[in-house]
Amino acid sequence: MSDVSDAMKGAVAGTAAKGRDGAPFLVAALSPGRTEERYEDKHPRYTEAEAVTEANRCLYCVDAPCIKACPTEIDIPTFIHKISTGNVRGAARTILTANLLGQSCGQVCPVEVLCAGSCVYNTWDRDPIRIGRLQRYAVETALEKNPALFQKKAPTGKRIACIGAGPASLAVAGWLALEGHRAVIFERKPLPGGLNTLGVAPYKMKADESLGEIEWLLSLGDIELRHGVSVAAEARGPHEIAARSLLEEYDAVFLGLGLGDDSQLNIPGEEGEGVVGAVAFVERLKVDPALAVEGVRRAAVIGGGNTALDVAHELALLGVDVSLIYRRGRAAMTGYAHELDSARVDGARLVEDRAPVEVLREDGRVVGVRLARTEGGRPVAGGEEVLPVDLVAVSIGQSRATQVALAFEGVALDGRGRLLVDEATGRTGNPRVWSGGDCVNGGDLVVTAVADGKRAARSIHAALVDATSPAGA
Amino acid sequence: MADLSIDFAGIKSPNPFWLASAPPANTGDQVMRAFDVGWGGAVWKTLGNPIVNVSSRFWANDYGSTRMMGLNNIELITDRPLDVNLREMREVKRRYPKHTLIASLMVDTKEEWREIIKKVEDVGVDGLELNFGCPHGMCERGMGSAVGAEPKVLQEIAGWAVDCARTPVIIKLTPNVGDIVEPGEAVERSGAHAISLINTVKSIMAVDLDRMVPLPRVGGASTNGGYCGPAVKPIALHMLGELTRHPKVSRLPISGIGGISTWRDAAEFIALGATSVQVCTAVMHYGYRIVEDMLEGLSDYLDSQGMRSIEELRGRAVQNYAHWGDLDLSYRVVADIDPVKCIGCQLCYVACMDGAHQCIHLPGRTEEQSRKAGHTHIPAQVPDIVALGKGAPAGVRVPFVDEEECIGCNLCALVCPVSGCISMKELPSGKPPETWNDRVQRGDDVVPGGLDATAAARAERGRA
Repeated sequence: MSDVSDAMKGAVAGTAAKGRDGAPFLVAALSPGRTEERYEDKHPRYTEAEAVTEANRCLYCVDAPCIKACPTEIDIPTFIHKISTGNVRGAARTILTANLLGQSCGQVCPVEVLCAGSCVYNTWDRDPIRIGRLQRYAVETALEKNPALFQKKAPTGKRIACIGAGPASLAVAGWLALEGHRAVIFERKPLPGGLNTLGVAPYKMKADESLGEIEWLLSLGDIELRHGVSVAAEARGPHEIAARSLLEEYDAVFLGLGLGDDSQLNIPGEEGEGVVGAVAFVERLKVDPALAVEGVRRAAVIGGGNTALDVAHELALLGVDVSLIYRRGRAAMTGYAHELDSARVDGARLVEDRAPVEVLREDGRVVGVRLARTEGGRPVAGGEEVLPVDLVAVSIGQSRATQVALAFEGVALDGRGRLLVDEATGRTGNPRVWSGGDCVNGGDLVVTAVADGKRAARSIHAALVDATSPAGA
Repeated sequence: MADLSIDFAGIKSPNPFWLASAPPANTGDQVMRAFDVGWGGAVWKTLGNPIVNVSSRFWANDYGSTRMMGLNNIELITDRPLDVNLREMREVKRRYPKHTLIASLMVDTKEEWREIIKKVEDVGVDGLELNFGCPHGMCERGMGSAVGAEPKVLQEIAGWAVDCARTPVIIKLTPNVGDIVEPGEAVERSGAHAISLINTVKSIMAVDLDRMVPLPRVGGASTNGGYCGPAVKPIALHMLGELTRHPKVSRLPISGIGGISTWRDAAEFIALGATSVQVCTAVMHYGYRIVEDMLEGLSDYLDSQGMRSIEELRGRAVQNYAHWGDLDLSYRVVADIDPVKCIGCQLCYVACMDGAHQCIHLPGRTEEQSRKAGHTHIPAQVPDIVALGKGAPAGVRVPFVDEEECIGCNLCALVCPVSGCISMKELPSGKPPETWNDRVQRGDDVVPGGLDATAAARAERGRA
């Protein structure tokens, strides 16, 4: 499996990590010619007329179910009402106060199973309000006109280190910066954003949109982004920083580590060109102009989760003949039904109850994958068949970033490698270390990571304020 | 099939649907196209000495995504030469002899009235509508609503017309008066043959907040205009009712105008005493074609009611337009929410909490939670939340009504987005019918908790 970070290093070389003058320093770091540029936006930003018409459909429910369905509890009826009156700036304020990554969430949230899925119109057999599209309209339109939506508080002198630049860390850094704290984000990859930048299906959101949002977020207050820096138990060079020194230099640490590398199938023929990890492949598709998919005519995607569905859908949209191989039946898939449906509409084929047992190669080149029939998710003898393919994308999960977490004293993991945190605060076993996002929940939504970040930011702020208030006060 | 033809002050019309004097009845070509698709008559755009109109003439009031709930215009009477209009009117009447053609007129002096009436009658119009209603532009010149708002002037000018007219004289009234009965009575005294109402309501539609100019904007300024469209229908119905329940004025046929957009609107005007109806805004919005539904809908409605003609419907609701003091204080309705139709938006709840009497409750709350939310009365019977949600698509989001506290205001039923979900059911109050006027007559029109001065004055009167 190829390492995308190497391919991207050239792309961002020479760019400053900070760009307070408002120039698009992160977006400018992207190279043109990326495969993701070939995708059309499935849900482009509404025009004003579209947004107002849709907003006017909203009933403005009381104690609305859509709010409860949102992990960040955005006051959806209120922001939609504001759109309907032309108060777009107010709408953006309502959204971003509850969710600092409201723009990307509007694009990438599976609203079908969240806010829109709980819209009362569903009860009435009517189309639910297009909440995601309205949210995107409000935030993009308002920030485009005037990005200065919030006023940061006076500096407190407190410093927070955020490890990883994914949605959880970004949310923590943003909220704490607004409270007047200084936040430093450490990211081992050349580009920030985590899966928001590197993993979201490009027909939902492209890397430049994610980076644009991050540029805005970094402008909220005293936030520094240090990329190309890894955290380890001991620093072995200029690109590493020791966990211990972070605890010494910062008042609080947030671990937004995300997940590790793609898991492997461990079958014959897997090693070598033509077999890719799904997450790594999508990362290249999004930001690596060197990725060539022209030679790929037929592909097998292995897995049944949302990443597998995304990869299958993305390949299908590029004109590749895609088979999605899942070891159980459709009902057992963890990927969303609406995502499977739209992937199939765009040409992906679902093969149920089959598992790959060997990748077939000729002169090193992948020519097919041997599939076994499965029962209860496990291969059984008899009825093997060969599916001719040029590419195998493996999407059966990701490893955990356990090493970084364990470098912090007091931080503990559960049996599945997930960080253990306090449910109410996101605090780990180390009272100065908090965590949230995929490394805690094992892999979930962007909006869940933002909600985790919000929870941690509240707790960190409370802890820092407590520490500054005079004893006995 | 019911007979839709009418006799309006002697004018026979194939149906009660007439185009009002406005842009849809501006030219002969327009009127003939309207007649072709079913309109029974047209009141031609007001004739007089031609004027000059401004560019940028209309503005509308939207509600949510509904466009043109109300429309306003600052257009004046016809800006076309009189002889062009007359030639076209003659042509229309020649080609459509059975359709109703009314000339709307607005001039100043007695001589002018005499001249213009002769000219339009010579081309064969079926009647005259004196425009005493236009509330902008013309009234400043002493015409239009300046006449309609002054009963004496109205009576005098109407008298001039009656004296020289050979066809029925209809007086078009302005709603921009304190009491519509006064101009109504003046029409009756003048000897005119009929009334049409309402003309437009004086209005400023909106303000352009960037330029600080009212709308519609004409360069750097605007002016007040005349408001019409669906939003004014209730105002028109009230004024119609005031005249059709008047013992004398009600003898005159009335052509109802004001926001009529559908057959149902038309039926309501006729039920409240109108003989014909005039339509403008709905045509400006959707075109002449809407008359197909109007004709069909009204005809089917009459059939469904077992009525054979417009005349059988006309005025049926007038006797039930009562004074407040004659309403039955013992009558009682309460809200009834159908859990099967409820979608759980809870708009009824918030409307009742903040805008009414706090008698709609959310299920699953403890008494303490209910009191904290603002309820002052806790119903004796709180329905079980599970039982309430059973069979209800919205499940536990279905609110319930505290019938004991419900005063039957209708607000919840009005805000509910699902037609038929909240109905107002009649409850026997157990009391005999009684009106406020009954109480006044008996002398017990006192509600405890009033002013000391009032109580003292009553006591004084009692001693006297």
